[in-house]
Amino acid sequence: MQYQDYWLLPSGITEILPEEAALLEDLRRKLLDLYARWGYEMVIPPMIEYVESLLVGGGKALDLQTFRLTDQLTGRMMGVRADMTPQVARIDAHHLKRDVPTRLCYWGTVLHTRPNNFAGSRSLMQVGAELYGYKGVSSDIEVLALMLETLRVVGLTEFHLDVGHVEIYRSLVNQAQLDATQEIQLFDAIKRKAAVELAELLKTWRVETTLAIMLNSLIHLHGDNSVLTEARQQFKTAPAAVHHALDELEQLHAALDHTPLHFDLAELRGYSYHTGIVFAAYIDKHGEAIAKGGRYDDIGKIFGRARPATGFSTNLRTLVTFTPAPPKQLTRIFAPYSTSPSWMAKVQELRSQGEIVICGLPQQVGDAKMMECTRELHQTGNDWQIIDI
Amino acid sequence: MLKIALSKGRILDDTLPLLATADIVPRDNPETSRKLILDTNHEDVKLVLIRASDVPTYVEYGAADIGVAGKDVLMEYDSDDLYEPLDLKIAQCRLMVAGRENTPLPPHGRLRIATKYTKTTQRYYAQQGIQVEVIKLYGSMELAPLVGLADFIVDLVETGNTLRANGLVELEQIARISSRLVVNKAAMKIKYQQIKHLISQLQQAVAQKTV
Repeated sequence: MQYQDYWLLPSGITEILPEEAALLEDLRRKLLDLYARWGYEMVIPPMIEYVESLLVGGGKALDLQTFRLTDQLTGRMMGVRADMTPQVARIDAHHLKRDVPTRLCYWGTVLHTRPNNFAGSRSLMQVGAELYGYKGVSSDIEVLALMLETLRVVGLTEFHLDVGHVEIYRSLVNQAQLDATQEIQLFDAIKRKAAVELAELLKTWRVETTLAIMLNSLIHLHGDNSVLTEARQQFKTAPAAVHHALDELEQLHAALDHTPLHFDLAELRGYSYHTGIVFAAYIDKHGEAIAKGGRYDDIGKIFGRARPATGFSTNLRTLVTFTPAPPKQLTRIFAPYSTSPSWMAKVQELRSQGEIVICGLPQQVGDAKMMECTRELHQTGNDWQIIDI
Repeated sequence: MLKIALSKGRILDDTLPLLATADIVPRDNPETSRKLILDTNHEDVKLVLIRASDVPTYVEYGAADIGVAGKDVLMEYDSDDLYEPLDLKIAQCRLMVAGRENTPLPPHGRLRIATKYTKTTQRYYAQQGIQVEVIKLYGSMELAPLVGLADFIVDLVETGNTLRANGLVELEQIARISSRLVVNKAAMKIKYQQIKHLISQLQQAVAQKTV
């Protein structure tokens, strides 16, 4: 073994050093307090469990992202969670079994087999909130509002909110009656907004003209709220589900009228499990979404109970890089080593008042300043005083 | 600020006239300048010059907002996270399987294919139900079948002259290749007005050229 075999970490696996850890913990507490004030109860799902339940609704992407190992007790395959959402959905559907709307939040480390961004991490710190048991758009609005509040707590004011609705694409595709291979090709072209390819595919498959026009127009329908008006025109003859989706987007827009929204009716992120409004927040100079979510009804069915569900999640490790670092407030007190019995009593008294007190060790290296303290405990007679240094 | 990633050579030569019709003209001559970031006649538009195979990486991660990349590079890069809104119909060629005429197929065992497009090749043969061994090479593919390193090669073919000169023939076409405009997902959402406008201008330029 060489020296580097002992310290080198696997690619995408990081450790967090004191300064960043302090910021991260501060942010984590602020966010969990925020969710608590909105009535979201915290749950702590396990780090590892059988893959079958971890992968519910997640599709192939989640499958490939999940680390696996064999459970020696049962011979079954276990996975380290790559996403906590299915776990929380299980908790709601299988354990809580409430009839009323249920609000849950969670945080924890998730592990990915491959980094999903450039030089990215494979151990993310996911934090999120989910609202179960209510089908209407009001719950999407609440969850989206909470995601915006999350970004504000982080200190982000300049972000772009992208909103889509997967049911528009779904009901148009259902009408087209394509076979499985064609559906994959169509999905791929729409996902890449590849206009020419899309038009050619629809032509080759002889998709009925009015439907083809609607599918072609889908990839151009992105921009401000004028897109919704345009979509009403384009989708005049579309199934009722398309218009219902547009109704929902309009209600969402009306409810969040202070926030500039960008609509993208061809946004198909998480198409395998999303069933309604989907949303994501982007910021300048960061190529991918920093927080995202959406509706995923019925995921609980496999856990014994279909429940409407909507929620969002984000990665604390990413968020913290956008948190303006607070000026380092060094107000720590250094208490040089002493054998006096009143010394420990004074230290304890200060700590109980909320001060940070660092106890000196006998013949230690470094004085108060080197220990990053701004004040020091001094003995004058029988009394202890704090002096600034 | 809009950053456009281009690669030197044919893509750059063919893209600049298209960009010019959208009123984007570099201030320095890209052929003689050694700069990697070129200013243009617009304060907020820059051209970034990188290797062709790096274009999708730059654009996916938002280091550039827009890029021009060959379909061959995109097929090999194989990412869901890029928008590909426009076929610029430039740098057109074909991705082909080529080899010696009447190559005796190995009676047992697997075909050996030399290529720099390893993923695309693997995928192409898998779709035909054939398992092959792919040998990654970085250049002079034509040599591989001649010296017995591989049975066939998969490479871009434009005129076929190099193949013929080395006694190889085109066997199967995997795909028609041309350069595509690729757009970063976040940029498409954040700067949609600027980008939508640019796409429609380029689209017109392409349409006029092909008429």
